[in-house]
Amino acid sequence: MKRVFAALAAALLCASGGAAGSLPGVDQALVESDAMPPKLSAFGLFRGNDPKVPAAGIGYTLRAPLFSDYTDKHRFVSIPVGKKAKVAADGTIEFPMGTVLVKSFGWPDVNEGRPVETRLLIHRASGWVALPYIWDADGKDATLALGGRRVPVTFQSPDGATHSIRYAVPNKNQCKECHSLNGQIVPIGPKARNFILDLAASDKLRALYFANPEALKPVMPQWDDPKAGSVETRARAYLDVNCAHCHNPAGSASNSGLFLRWTDDPAGVNYGIGKRPTAAGRGSGGMEFAIAPGDPAHSFLIYRLESTEPGIAMPEVGRSTVHKEGAALLRQWIAEMPKASH
Amino acid sequence: MRFHGLSHHAATLCIVAALAAQPAAAKVISVSATTPDANEKLQEALILAQPGDTVQLGAGTWTLTDGLSLDVANVTLRGAGAGEGGSILDFAGQQGAGEGLLVTSDDVLLTEFAVLNTKGDGIKSKGADRIVYHKLRVEWTAGPKATNGAYGIYPVESTDVLIDSVYVRGASDAGIYVGQSKNIVVRDSVATENVAGIEIENSYDADVHDNVATKNTGGILVFDLPSLPMQGGHNVRVFENVVNDNSTPNFAPKGNIVASVPTGTGVLVMANRNVEIFDNVFDNNGTANVMIVGYRYEHKDPKYQPLPRAIVVRGNQHGKAGYAPKFPGGDQIAAAMGGSIPPILWDGAGDAIVLDKVGVLSLNLPDVKTPQGEAKPAPADLSKGTPPAALPAIKLPESMEAKVK
Repeated sequence: MKRVFAALAAALLCASGGAAGSLPGVDQALVESDAMPPKLSAFGLFRGNDPKVPAAGIGYTLRAPLFSDYTDKHRFVSIPVGKKAKVAADGTIEFPMGTVLVKSFGWPDVNEGRPVETRLLIHRASGWVALPYIWDADGKDATLALGGRRVPVTFQSPDGATHSIRYAVPNKNQCKECHSLNGQIVPIGPKARNFILDLAASDKLRALYFANPEALKPVMPQWDDPKAGSVETRARAYLDVNCAHCHNPAGSASNSGLFLRWTDDPAGVNYGIGKRPTAAGRGSGGMEFAIAPGDPAHSFLIYRLESTEPGIAMPEVGRSTVHKEGAALLRQWIAEMPKASH
Repeated sequence: MRFHGLSHHAATLCIVAALAAQPAAAKVISVSATTPDANEKLQEALILAQPGDTVQLGAGTWTLTDGLSLDVANVTLRGAGAGEGGSILDFAGQQGAGEGLLVTSDDVLLTEFAVLNTKGDGIKSKGADRIVYHKLRVEWTAGPKATNGAYGIYPVESTDVLIDSVYVRGASDAGIYVGQSKNIVVRDSVATENVAGIEIENSYDADVHDNVATKNTGGILVFDLPSLPMQGGHNVRVFENVVNDNSTPNFAPKGNIVASVPTGTGVLVMANRNVEIFDNVFDNNGTANVMIVGYRYEHKDPKYQPLPRAIVVRGNQHGKAGYAPKFPGGDQIAAAMGGSIPPILWDGAGDAIVLDKVGVLSLNLPDVKTPQGEAKPAPADLSKGTPPAALPAIKLPESMEAKVK
């Protein structure tokens, strides 16, 4: 699949002769307008409007992805021909205007593996815009769902358990709740520390899209690979991606004082260790600390992660199932902390 | 901004003015409670509204499964009333989101509707400057329960906040909670059967007046907590409120700071400076009408100031108080003092001036690190010092006051 992605993209770019302007198929004028077309096909982001076949662009994965009810996510980025993304000194990736980050969500055992929804994050003159599209029943196109929707699905998680949930496609505002930095929309996942460009992509293709592809050095370990890093570093990678998009001083949870970025001091009270609840309400579960070192059973960070009840569950949006494997990693991390530190 | 799918919604969204003009003339977007997919249609209306628009909620009960949010500046969300027959947003079947309604844009007016039985907070606004909450009801209709949401009305990280004529009941933390904000007025509102009726936390410049705080665990709280982005709470005036019968047993989930509020507390000041409590009517607060304390928990925040300082208590009317003090050791102290303790309780930390002609009990614990078990309760006279200059009244931008005239 990945190989097809890259090969196809390369072929298409060759075919277009590298001419400046819009990518083959992509309606770049529409991308860069203020329009919110009711049908996804209008953008021309997919070949034959098949969600598995990008019209152009380059695929990517993340060392630690945001958990979204065990969905498989297929990601690619469409960057206008002649423009390039650049990795900044602090590891953020600066995508040029006209970039579209495309992320399709689905399960292998739902809709015969076709995605349920595709979310676009479009870099326009007015800033980044988030648009959620839900695939129609016939799978031929997807329809804008600004107000979000609950889609009933039944799927199996990797441990074999069957889940029947009302999967929440976020509304436009909820997209922003997670993708917010100082009130402006920004991408979450694509940071150099987490970002892996399609491994099948040639150096030439990488250089076509990135001014400095060599700067894409993911320092975070693969969160679910014990060989990739210690429990602590993998837990911190998990927290960075699953929590820190809100839990940072400029994010939606800034007022909580709980900051969980990869770059935050993991020994500090603002990382949750010995931190009392601020506005947690019943999210505290009757516990005194977000993280009680050595005692995951009395750490309400775990309690909130293992709940699916609104008002308790964290993250507040985008999750209707418990991520057992993620919670297990964080439990182990807290259990291994020396108790004496608080 | 163009939107191609409009005809699709014509049945439910009645657009009463031209849409195409940019900037558009202010329009009213009406949404009906009985439309199929009312939740989605209302959310779409809140997304498609342009600055200046009003989203009009139809009368009736809205059965909502997901939290609503508004991120467009200068929008009014208006219902047909907060009482019976009005616009009732019922979240009893809520499946997601941390609150019923979240506002993240400036210059928003919320008025004339009710938000019931949310799983988390009722209405939250974050980074929403000049927000006006007016004639709203936020209620957990089964009354006090630990499973109720934390905050009823919850503005945070905002400058210029007006909460006027709201009714909040049943919050398992604070009914009206203003956190990490500046320039705040809470007035003419009723908070009942919450753990904390009204709470001003880690905030600067607030007037809390002409409210009724009754049957809560604690009536009105002025707090400052450590390890938060904004701290050093100061300049808060609590005046002309009725604070009575705050007798509801504390039902906050343990761990939260308000879980430590003793049942029967009128006004509680913790670790703030320049707080004035005057011209209030207190009655039937079993622990104390006014309590002034330091933050006595362990913390690791070198910048945090745990002491209450320059607290002034004057001109209040004191009814019955102190007859059932619910802090550790309170019963014994009351017994030793002939059945009740004085209406004003101070832990002995920081400094306060009390000009009311009633008794003050000090626990004589000036160091917040001293355990409360080492209290040496004794009457104190706090009438001697010179009060700091009176705080000025809070003035909100005219645009805000105009919205509630």
